[in-house]
Amino acid sequence: MLKTFKKGGVHPPENKLSAQSTLERLPLPEMVYIPISQHIGSAAEPVVQKGDTVKVGTLIAKQNGLFSANIHSSVSGTVQKIDEIIDSSGFRRKAIIIQVEGDQWEETIDQSNTIVRDIPSDPKEIVQKITSAGIVGLGGATFPTHIKLSIPDGKKAEILIINGVECEPYLTSDHRLMLEKGLEILIGTQILMKALNVHRASIGIENNKKDAIKHLIELSKDFPGINVVALKVKYPQGAEKQLIKAIINREVPSGKLPIDVGAVVQNVGTAFAVYEAVQKNKPLFERVVTITGKNLSKPSNLVVRIGTPIRKLIDFAGGLPDNTAKIINGGPMMGKAVCDIDVPVTKGTSGIVILSEKDAVRLPVQNCIRCAKCVSACPMGLEPYLLMTFGAKQMWSEAETNKVVDCIECGSCSFVCPANRPLLDYIRLGKLTVGKIIRTRKS
Amino acid sequence: MKQKFIVSPSPHEKGHDSVRSIMYGVIFSLIPAFAASIYFFGLDALTVTLTAIFSCLVVEFVIQKFLIKGPLTIFDGSAIITGLLLAFNLPASIPLWMVIAGSIVAIGIGKMSFGGLGNNPFNPALVGRVFMLISFPVAMTTWPANRLTLTDGYTGATPLSIAKEAIKNGEPMNEIINKVGTSLNHFIGNMEGCIGEVSALFILLGGLYMLYRGIITWHIPVSIFLTVFIFSGTMHLIAPDRYLSPEFHLLTGGLFLGAIYMATDMVTSPMSSVGMIIFGVGIGLLTVVIRIWGAYPEGVSFAILIMNAFVPLINRYIKPKRFGEEVNHG
Repeated sequence: MLKTFKKGGVHPPENKLSAQSTLERLPLPEMVYIPISQHIGSAAEPVVQKGDTVKVGTLIAKQNGLFSANIHSSVSGTVQKIDEIIDSSGFRRKAIIIQVEGDQWEETIDQSNTIVRDIPSDPKEIVQKITSAGIVGLGGATFPTHIKLSIPDGKKAEILIINGVECEPYLTSDHRLMLEKGLEILIGTQILMKALNVHRASIGIENNKKDAIKHLIELSKDFPGINVVALKVKYPQGAEKQLIKAIINREVPSGKLPIDVGAVVQNVGTAFAVYEAVQKNKPLFERVVTITGKNLSKPSNLVVRIGTPIRKLIDFAGGLPDNTAKIINGGPMMGKAVCDIDVPVTKGTSGIVILSEKDAVRLPVQNCIRCAKCVSACPMGLEPYLLMTFGAKQMWSEAETNKVVDCIECGSCSFVCPANRPLLDYIRLGKLTVGKIIRTRKS
Repeated sequence: MKQKFIVSPSPHEKGHDSVRSIMYGVIFSLIPAFAASIYFFGLDALTVTLTAIFSCLVVEFVIQKFLIKGPLTIFDGSAIITGLLLAFNLPASIPLWMVIAGSIVAIGIGKMSFGGLGNNPFNPALVGRVFMLISFPVAMTTWPANRLTLTDGYTGATPLSIAKEAIKNGEPMNEIINKVGTSLNHFIGNMEGCIGEVSALFILLGGLYMLYRGIITWHIPVSIFLTVFIFSGTMHLIAPDRYLSPEFHLLTGGLFLGAIYMATDMVTSPMSSVGMIIFGVGIGLLTVVIRIWGAYPEGVSFAILIMNAFVPLINRYIKPKRFGEEVNHG
């Protein structure tokens, strides 16, 4: 029996169209738009000005407080301006706009293909390198990695969990990375284990990626303490709490963090970025992005410089299909629909999914028939139908007692609802409002 | 010109289930039992069933079109199910005008007066059925002969009513057992009864299909069956000369139809699995209590309607187990 989490979950059509497409490098764009806020926490502070010349890997915005991350230039060229652009959230956000001239890398970066096996022995040095490289969680949540590595007093990490689940339909960037950069991921995992001072790490991979599982099991024989766990295919297994439950059978209590049950979770993409930062001195300025869609002529997995407009990715994959109705930044279950084809790729962009009219249009909402499918689909054991009513009727205190803030916004409820009810829309509203109420109460 | 895209919050993916697919799934699963009933009771079963379905559709249409003036939803399949299940709970010999009256009550009062599909607290088909049972007691308790039992020469009573009458008259249990027929006959449907309730076998088939399709879960039917079995079995063990065997209680009197189709009605059953089990246990207990000590030989309909009334309360107090509620440092 394959391991999995117990409560709820759904199985959306996988549609992993690009699973066989090997990683390719996207040609450099003419211009990059690098937002200064690509992570959870406060925006970085620009340290360049209009007219400055930068190289690939030059620090262009520095971390502002602990909850923040450095941002580096992904290209060489001249800073055109620092201005507001529309980013993938749909809001206007400040970005550093750089005109690309050549491809001149910072000399400190090791550009060779040799794999460096020997890892630093000092955890402090590792964390310092990760911090300065501006690494954030690449699974999509973009939580600054250095914060996850500094364990609060009184807590102890027992196990590192590397998230190679990729439970979102369509996306294959982690899958390809595991197949093609497996050794680097394992070294990155070793580095993270050193930084956390743990001796155990599990790499969780869903069983629809059998080749990746086999490959990493083979490689991990040389890495004591690291084991690969094949997981039953079930969405949302890539969610932190569900993955911890699946692998070590512990439930992170409501309002607590993984470290409270002794676990730290990092994405495989993050492990790879950690390898590059620590072993090759390479800051986080590029990442793997899946560009996919049923009507796209060439679904691909691309290594993309941060700040590249997604239009470039779409053009590479064969151009925007005529029947395109929706463009999603991320996977179709949790990703954000973007309003503009020129929004830039950021650290959190794991994929771009192009949906046609047929797949994008929401069907008319009907009465709730109380089928309870949302209740049995909810991986957090909540009652989505009830929380939606509380959200719609603005019954915030009832929403709070029914744990609306525990919602992980995985969308399983809206996905299964036969009456097409916008469950998550209202639950999100409730979660946001109740969250605000709780914060004001505390202060 | 800038191209426009749809921007909506996640999820952007939708499952394949719709209200329609669920409702037609239920209807599809009822086909074997329906075919069996036509075999058992002849064309009367067909006319009664079609009359019920047609009147339910018409009543819903008229109310939506002329009273509510809202969107028409008669093709979502739910009115067809109400009609089918109402007919399944009627004797094949019932006059058609009574079927129409029952359909008006089922859809008009049982469903539309609360706001239509999803808002009704009570199972509409059962509301119609109980209305008919109280209003037309004679027609509702006169059963035509089942084709398979014709040779036995008696008609007019179900095994449950025969047994109830006989126990009241103090007849010895072994004679009663001979009179009511064997469990195998009850299982196949070789007995008198309402159109769709007689064949446990075909209802079970339909139930398994719904289980496979994910339309129902096991919780409600299994908890009803177990409760009835254990409760009536205990009574049987205590006084075998006064109380019939548990398998008799399980296989007669529409318990299968009630447990698999009427009690599992999504709209009028609880939302959480623990709630469903409480609901099922309640139905099982009430059914046996009514059958053994009540005035009616048959108790499933009343048991379900009474438990329907408890559903909001069950939903309010029985919550699913939240993730992270119990911390196990395993």
